[in-house]
Amino acid sequence: MRFALAAGAVALAAAVAGWSWLDPGMPGWSLTETKLIASLSLSTLPPLPPDPSNAVGDDPAAAALGRALFFDTRLSGNGKVACATCHLPDRQFQDGAPLATGMGRTNRRTMPIAGTAYGPWLFWDGRKDSQWSQALGPLESAVEHGADRTQIARIIAANYAMDYEAVFGGLPELSGLPEHASPLGSDAAEAQWAALDEQHRDEINRVFANVGKAIAAFERTIEPRPTRFDAYADALAAGRDTTGLLTAAELEGLRLFIGKGRCTNCHNGPLLTDQHFHNTGVPAVAGLPEDNGRRVAIAQVLADPFNCFGPYSDAGPADCAELRYMDRDGDDLVRAYKSPSLRGVTERAPYMHAGQFATLAAIVRHYNAAPAAPAGQSELTPLEMSEVELAALEAFLATLGEAGAQGIKP
Amino acid sequence: MPKSSSTPKSPLRLLWLLPVALIAVGGIGVAMMMRPPPADLDLSLTRATEHGLFVGTLEPGASPIPVGTIQTWTVAVTTPDGQPVEHAAISIDGGMPQHGHGLPTEPRVTEELGGGRYKVEGMKFNMPGWWTITLEVSGAAGTDSATFNLTL
Repeated sequence: MRFALAAGAVALAAAVAGWSWLDPGMPGWSLTETKLIASLSLSTLPPLPPDPSNAVGDDPAAAALGRALFFDTRLSGNGKVACATCHLPDRQFQDGAPLATGMGRTNRRTMPIAGTAYGPWLFWDGRKDSQWSQALGPLESAVEHGADRTQIARIIAANYAMDYEAVFGGLPELSGLPEHASPLGSDAAEAQWAALDEQHRDEINRVFANVGKAIAAFERTIEPRPTRFDAYADALAAGRDTTGLLTAAELEGLRLFIGKGRCTNCHNGPLLTDQHFHNTGVPAVAGLPEDNGRRVAIAQVLADPFNCFGPYSDAGPADCAELRYMDRDGDDLVRAYKSPSLRGVTERAPYMHAGQFATLAAIVRHYNAAPAAPAGQSELTPLEMSEVELAALEAFLATLGEAGAQGIKP
Repeated sequence: MPKSSSTPKSPLRLLWLLPVALIAVGGIGVAMMMRPPPADLDLSLTRATEHGLFVGTLEPGASPIPVGTIQTWTVAVTTPDGQPVEHAAISIDGGMPQHGHGLPTEPRVTEELGGGRYKVEGMKFNMPGWWTITLEVSGAAGTDSATFNLTL
């Protein structure tokens, strides 16, 4: 009997220690857990704040122009590549490939677009600080659109002059300027750019930036859609009956997601991302150049003439706080990549910045094992989850699926 | 009297312990993994610096302190007897003790507001939980620092 009493006392003490914050009104979840679950619901996402660096960000005419540009393959070196080539509207604006392919093959995975207007940093490494600036990068990348800014200004003048001028005002005079000129293009295009005077460069840069701002105005309209998880979180937060909204396995996965799995350390808030950069020991891909992620991007975003501080930004002196107070130093930036939103993640294989993992099962195993990083220091520590727990976590992630709800047609 | 407790019994008689033990183990597991901050955490936003040279006060820009948005805070510094400390050099840093990482930004004092108060811009927290904020103050009395606790 003494043994039984001792065991009972230990059990009671442990239960008190472990579950002392249980809210009796919410069986199964503590008050802390209930709050955390509610904070992940899409219904807590605030209205999209304006982008001070893009004066036309919420102009419907700019969005209509941007939408047309998004699907226009003329904005490329071979007439075959549009934004929508890799950002497929019926696939969450991504392409399902480990590495994106435009004019050539890139070294990174295509990212989805929904909700990116909420994030201060774009691309896996955050080397761009606005949607409009991000849109400019691929246009001049030799392996993506392979276009150049002078060519793009000519395409706008020839095909979109009226729509462009209605939003941005008059186009500059382009006659007499080279067909192809850019500071980031081929040797020939760079030589042509070097030969241009400052005023012409500025005029072309402004048209180029405006193309990005129109595309961003369109991208700002691409928002995540409510999921089964959101229905559950909202019902739980409101104290409504949650019976049948999630299966037992999905609920167990949610418990792991916010607890033992430590997923909400980085995948938090209604977009399930902290919009920051983390080294999680993702393996390097053989054959790709050395990739140190955020560490390298810091200098790139600071030097970018199309950043929030730059002459083509519409931001005022009090704006650009994210860039101004950006974390610039530290070993934790080495091979750190942005936490992506987990909304729709199940339908978005393969995973990580170079498509390193083909399945979610492989990802949860990676996080469970927490291997050392190829460079820098992984933030992970082993989770010691069982096979059953890993499967439950995967089941929960599927409740974040949007089932094609956000597809749009050109 | 019944037999002593050391007397062997039918194993079935201890079966009732099984669910209790499972609950106990589960409870410990949840407690460890959720890792709530220490229960006795001092959440005071006014603290004396380590060597008693100054008293610092953090004034968050919003209450409750938001997660994920960049914020402007105010820091007030006085001497131990309550006189405002002006023209001090102040640096501010922070992190999550249980996660081993710092702030996602590099906040700075951008303006001296007068009366020993200083504007701090660029404060940001990218996850809920226990954060610490360390204030380092250099003034005529010397250099000293204080570490504050926040739970978001």
